[in-house]
Amino acid sequence: MTGGAAFAIGIDLGTTNSALAYLPLGEERAAPEVLPIPQLVHAGEVADRLLLPSYLYLPHPAEMAGEALRLPWAPPGDVPREVVGELGRAQGALTPIRLVSSAKSWLCHPTLDRRAASLPVGSPAEVPRISPLDASARYLAHLRAAWNAEVAKGDPALVLERQAVTLTVPASFDAVARELTVEAARHAGLHDPVLLEEPQAALYAWVEAMGDGWRKLVQVGDLILVVDVGGGTTDFSLIAVVDRDGELGLERVAVGDHILLGGDNMDLALAHRLQQKLADTGKTIDRWQLLALTHGARQAKEQLFADRAKMSIPVTVPGRGSSLMGGALRVELTRGELGSTLVDGFLPRVEVTARPAAQRRAALTTLGLPYASDPAITRQLAAFLSRQREALDASTAPVPKLSGKAFLHPTALLFNGGVMKAAELKERVREVVAGWVAAEGGEPPRELPGVDLDLAVAKGAATYGRVRSGRGIRIRGGTARAYYVGVETAAPAVPGIAPPVEALCVAPMGMEEGTRAELPSRELGLVVGEPARFRFFASSLRHDDRVGSVVEREAELEELAPIETTLPAASGEAGQVVPVSLRAHVTEIGTLELEAADEKGRAWKVEFNLRAAEQPSA
Amino acid sequence: MDETLTPLQRLFLAFVAFFAVLFNRRFAEEVHALRARERAALPPGGPPSERESAPPPPADQARPAGTAPAVPAAPPAGKGASTVPPAVAAAAAPPPIPKPAAPKPPDHAESLQIIALLQRDGRLLDFLEESLEGFSDSEIGAAARTVHAGCKKALGAYLQLEPVLHEPEGASVTIASGFDPAAVRLTGNVVGQPPFKGALRHHGWRAARTSFPPLPAHDPRILAPAEVEL
Repeated sequence: MTGGAAFAIGIDLGTTNSALAYLPLGEERAAPEVLPIPQLVHAGEVADRLLLPSYLYLPHPAEMAGEALRLPWAPPGDVPREVVGELGRAQGALTPIRLVSSAKSWLCHPTLDRRAASLPVGSPAEVPRISPLDASARYLAHLRAAWNAEVAKGDPALVLERQAVTLTVPASFDAVARELTVEAARHAGLHDPVLLEEPQAALYAWVEAMGDGWRKLVQVGDLILVVDVGGGTTDFSLIAVVDRDGELGLERVAVGDHILLGGDNMDLALAHRLQQKLADTGKTIDRWQLLALTHGARQAKEQLFADRAKMSIPVTVPGRGSSLMGGALRVELTRGELGSTLVDGFLPRVEVTARPAAQRRAALTTLGLPYASDPAITRQLAAFLSRQREALDASTAPVPKLSGKAFLHPTALLFNGGVMKAAELKERVREVVAGWVAAEGGEPPRELPGVDLDLAVAKGAATYGRVRSGRGIRIRGGTARAYYVGVETAAPAVPGIAPPVEALCVAPMGMEEGTRAELPSRELGLVVGEPARFRFFASSLRHDDRVGSVVEREAELEELAPIETTLPAASGEAGQVVPVSLRAHVTEIGTLELEAADEKGRAWKVEFNLRAAEQPSA
Repeated sequence: MDETLTPLQRLFLAFVAFFAVLFNRRFAEEVHALRARERAALPPGGPPSERESAPPPPADQARPAGTAPAVPAAPPAGKGASTVPPAVAAAAAPPPIPKPAAPKPPDHAESLQIIALLQRDGRLLDFLEESLEGFSDSEIGAAARTVHAGCKKALGAYLQLEPVLHEPEGASVTIASGFDPAAVRLTGNVVGQPPFKGALRHHGWRAARTSFPPLPAHDPRILAPAEVEL
């Protein structure tokens, strides 16, 4: 790809909304633009929207006429049985058993087989199901079809699959989720999308928007904290401004955990608050009304945040039947409730020593997403900054010098995500971080201005496409995690106790794209013809581990889906043990590949085994 | 002139026609064509006896709003000049010449679509069909917010509005000769010859751009589906 690409394309495949931005590669200074995406907004009505809601609705055969669901690019006679986008979201809100949502969060679910048809979760047997991977592929396929219909218009050189496509993923996505994202793109016909972490994309968008001025807005020694609160997830990254041969350089030094907590939680929290208020006056509401209430609460929230003089906004839930006034419920959202529910609820003033309430054990929750059990984003942030400080203190790796005793001191804040349009929320984050830093005698962080909060990630991803072609500054950092395989230690068997497992580092943190790491001496014995399976781990904290380092307590690590390989019969006689070494390769597009190589240099791919992940004991 | 229509019928017609002109491109074009013929003093076509079954005559009153695309003060060679509420004359005109057997969608499908859109997004039918008896002003106000927000959203999605005259209301304006009487309505001391000087009382509305969705494939008489929860 990219050889003859005319455009750099950035795709933000979001948990709740997706977007596509593009810029022509031929023009030196072209700013990224966002493609309006045609989508069904009502049955039989297609309209352009800048965002494609990442929802897929699977209608009942009798529910909507096939013709009413036709997209402009659909071939005649093809009756669509799925609805992606705004209509899908609206219809699914009333019939949730047929709605696939948050496919992206399912894509990084730790125990689910993400290639298996499992969504919508908990729906009756007659509802068709698709896998999280397929759902993601559907959204990408919609974007591809939209681009090809709107821009390429039959010109084979301009079709999306021949452009330089960058696909963003949360910084917290591990190697497996990244691999699956690329797989989804391939299902959608996009063969080599390059992966980019979303917070980095937001920073690329900022650098692009500032032009050359960005060099005046930051200086060597700055540590930029990107706070990305999307519809469904929250993502933190720390990016240091470093001196690189006399020029300013950007280096991503840390990424946070995957936190399933976002703007939709906030709107829902407000709706529940108002629902409670109605219940106090003896009025109960059904699902349809709760939906209308959520919608009304969101609008009231936006108005209150936009106009600080307003003290309350009425929210009306219209009657569901034909009697509009007779069935209407009216409730007020006051500034105080907004503050206590959203600002104090999600961004409480806490000490930097605060930690989120313990996360539920993800492995034990079979159905359902591992939502954050503590809604306090500031506590998650405190934990992130402190853990990363400890990790860097324990490290001798050549990382930039960063200030902060008990936790890392950000000197600049970059916000991303539509939620952060509210000045009060940004102000609270800044205030809390400033308080922490001040307690250690540091300067309060400043906010980096001027980024389009909804579309920055897509725009930044398009910008990254240009950066990869050699124009513009590149954020360095490499892989955000170190990866390990579990190896059973040779120990006398003790009944009832599994042999201890130690984790062997196969890919250190910070591997750049296009680099390899080979396990030097330790060799594993694989039996020809039999599948060999290893437990697989990751860590975003262990900066120092090199290839071959051993971690004895694997509990410190985060366990991923196991890896598996089978040596084909050609490699030796069946049953024969062949010594192999593992090597890791970070591909140009940003995925991690593992190979088992024998002494003659022959290599076999090692795959992530998602099926096995359903039995965590394996 | 309107011996077959009562004033009440005419008022209703004006209301319906207002929306039809605003939202129904085909209807508006026909009205425009009819008025163009009127101004060019062409003999009106169509058998006069058809009046009852014909499409409603164009609006005369209400706000002449964004009907015709003509620019108010533009000089369209000689024709204008008709003074006094000119649209009254147009209202009385017989229906346009029936076109030779064009395949027609169901009766008034486009007008019905507009009503369906306003109901879907703004619950307009529910609001108008509900009796206001027994509701307090605050309850009505709360419902009006729903209707206002929804209808505004629908208007915003399908129609871009702009004033006919861009001066602030109350400002003094000059209406040059050759103005479009549908776009500018003169009231008060209407004497003499243009250019007219007067105070702008209502800036008028014009649909600067329309983009209505295609007509639904279903029966256009269904303005809102019945909802059944299973």
